[in-house]
Amino acid sequence: MPTPRTSGGAERFELNAGRLDLSPEDMLEMYSTMVLVRALDERIWLMNRQGKAAIVASCQGHEAAQLGAVWAMRQAPSAAYFPYYRDMALAIGLGVTPKETMLGFLAKEGERHSGARQFGLQGIRPDLKLFNNSNVVSTQIPHAVGYALGCKLSREPAAVITCFGDGGASQGDCHEGMNFAAVHKLPVIFFCENNRYAISVPLHKQMAVEHVADRAPGYGMAGVIVDGTDILATYQATQKAVQRALRGEGPTLLEAKVERYLPHTSDDDDTRYRPREEVQEARKHDPLRLFRELLLGKGILTEALDQRFQQQAKAEVNEATEFAEQAPYPEPDDFYEHVYGRV
Amino acid sequence: MPIKSVIEAVREAMYEEMTRDPRVFVLGEDVGKRGGVFLATQGFLEAFGEARVIDTPLAESAIAGIALGAALQGQRPIAEIEFADFVWPAVNQVIGEAARLRYGSRGQAHLPMVVRMPYGGGIRGGLYHSQSVEAFFAHVPGLKVVTPATPYDAKGLLKAAIRDEDPVVFLEHKKTYRLVRGEVPAEEYVLPIGVADVKREGTTLTCITYGLMLHYCLEAAQTVAQEGISVEVIDLRTVRPLDTQAILDSVRKTSRALVVYEDNKMLGVGAEVAAVIAEEAFDSLDAPVTRLAGPEVPAMPFAPTLESVFMLNPEKIAEGMRKVARY
Ligand SMILES: Cc1ncc(C[n+]2csc(CCOP(=O)(O)OP(=O)(O)O)c2C)c(N)n1
Ligand SMILES: [Mg+2]
Repeated sequence: MPTPRTSGGAERFELNAGRLDLSPEDMLEMYSTMVLVRALDERIWLMNRQGKAAIVASCQGHEAAQLGAVWAMRQAPSAAYFPYYRDMALAIGLGVTPKETMLGFLAKEGERHSGARQFGLQGIRPDLKLFNNSNVVSTQIPHAVGYALGCKLSREPAAVITCFGDGGASQGDCHEGMNFAAVHKLPVIFFCENNRYAISVPLHKQMAVEHVADRAPGYGMAGVIVDGTDILATYQATQKAVQRALRGEGPTLLEAKVERYLPHTSDDDDTRYRPREEVQEARKHDPLRLFRELLLGKGILTEALDQRFQQQAKAEVNEATEFAEQAPYPEPDDFYEHVYGRV
Repeated sequence: MPIKSVIEAVREAMYEEMTRDPRVFVLGEDVGKRGGVFLATQGFLEAFGEARVIDTPLAESAIAGIALGAALQGQRPIAEIEFADFVWPAVNQVIGEAARLRYGSRGQAHLPMVVRMPYGGGIRGGLYHSQSVEAFFAHVPGLKVVTPATPYDAKGLLKAAIRDEDPVVFLEHKKTYRLVRGEVPAEEYVLPIGVADVKREGTTLTCITYGLMLHYCLEAAQTVAQEGISVEVIDLRTVRPLDTQAILDSVRKTSRALVVYEDNKMLGVGAEVAAVIAEEAFDSLDAPVTRLAGPEVPAMPFAPTLESVFMLNPEKIAEGMRKVARY
């Protein structure tokens, strides 16, 4: 059967259920992680409304895409991550704990990415090869390419993923990074989480084409589109991109079509620019509900088990919240430290 | 006189200029339906239409470069950079190109364009929503850099910037947007770029400042006045061109100078002000020209306990004033 493609040349990825290498236990782990991420995300948003978290960009609607991608990335012998500010599900899927996350959003002592110097989850976790360096749109893309170049130079079999939005795809850094990666056939997955909005700017004002992945042929790399509300499809599509990277066949531009339900961040008011019916419609593609129904239908998940996951998530988020609320703000004693290394 | 906030003044200035001159248009991220993330262009889309209120793709280099091209063609663009922290990709276009175009063509063309951006901290913006960028732009001849602090100045100077025949970087301190309110005449007015303003008269020392720090300096001046220290507060309003005359006139009168700015201290605007005073008014001085400014770390951290170490406040400034007065 020929691969279905867009008129622009990108592959329209479809799940090959026969080739899916996930056990029921794997899927339940993915599901319970998604339950946890949702509970955590909702809590952080609430903490913002209570005046306790200064700012948050919700990942609701993006969870399946991020978790599917991270599950596939974890299979690489070595993997590095250059996400963007909306990637909390990716971080949790990679092993960042709810406690650590909550410390970050409340800017408390013990925060591990930046020592609460930056917004929640911004900063670096060398132990996880997670580089969420800043919240400047698309600067991470060339960083990922450079990291992949380093892997190639040191003959480290690795895959590097960098995530960005549909708006991020417009930056010069995005173009420049992709072009370099294609020229040098670097093991990079350019993971575009396309939610059709960049704050208020709709996709048709961001680009004159429908699909970001249609640009891939112009760079000389593979372009793939996947339904990012489908965790299994995203997992498998990313897995293929990882394998391509590891085989030395170069980068992939993988576009996950996702939904954003909430305003851009807690500072935004989307009623100024987004019709409510559209948000209602978007919510029909809730990746958590879709995955739940799928697993219930397959008999992998039961109502009882689902209840247990929900309760566990709630307990874990409660514990993280209490812990972070009780933690002090960082003392400014190292305020002047780490501008340079010590001589 | 009507009382307005800084953001209202900015909005009115652009609105009036767009009404007055069909060549004026705005472009930037979210300036359309959203009305800008700080609502500087709220209502513009409805009033002027999509052709003159352009929601751009997310690419700052293009925003500035396209403004430059449109200015060459005879339009008068106002480019909005959503936060000053994101201007860096556009520096190539603003500093590399716009600043040098008139000179590099021996005056055969020039660029009536404005690049507006919210800057500054104290709003829990962390490393990437708090930066001060004025020194980078003010270093370059060919650009004008305006840093108003009050609604009155913001409106009059933004109108002047839009009418200016050369590129103007217009920096709006985002903490002043809603915090600072003041009288703005209902009648039309324009203020000259490059002229400082004495915001408070005094005799013991001259405090030179701009942006949000103006308000902190005025508060501090009020405090130390009760201790017998009479501070003259000069609001630069424009950091390039620098109103050296206003600075020198005041320092010759008071014999003491304190420069207060939020940006990193080293090689900041205060360094230039201090140098001008040292070169031109050395004989008048009774105390070393002193800078009170941001600390030598690359940006403002997020946690409140860290942010408050970075930011100056009226108490720290009052202490600085006492030191200079006592010297
Ligand atoms: C270089 C830069 N310009 C502007 C911004 C302000 N900003 C933050 S997020 C955003 C929109 C990003 O949209 P998109 O890339 O589609 O990602 P999404 O938030 O939709 O996931 C903008 C304009 C920024 N952070 N960095
Ligand atoms: Mg988007």
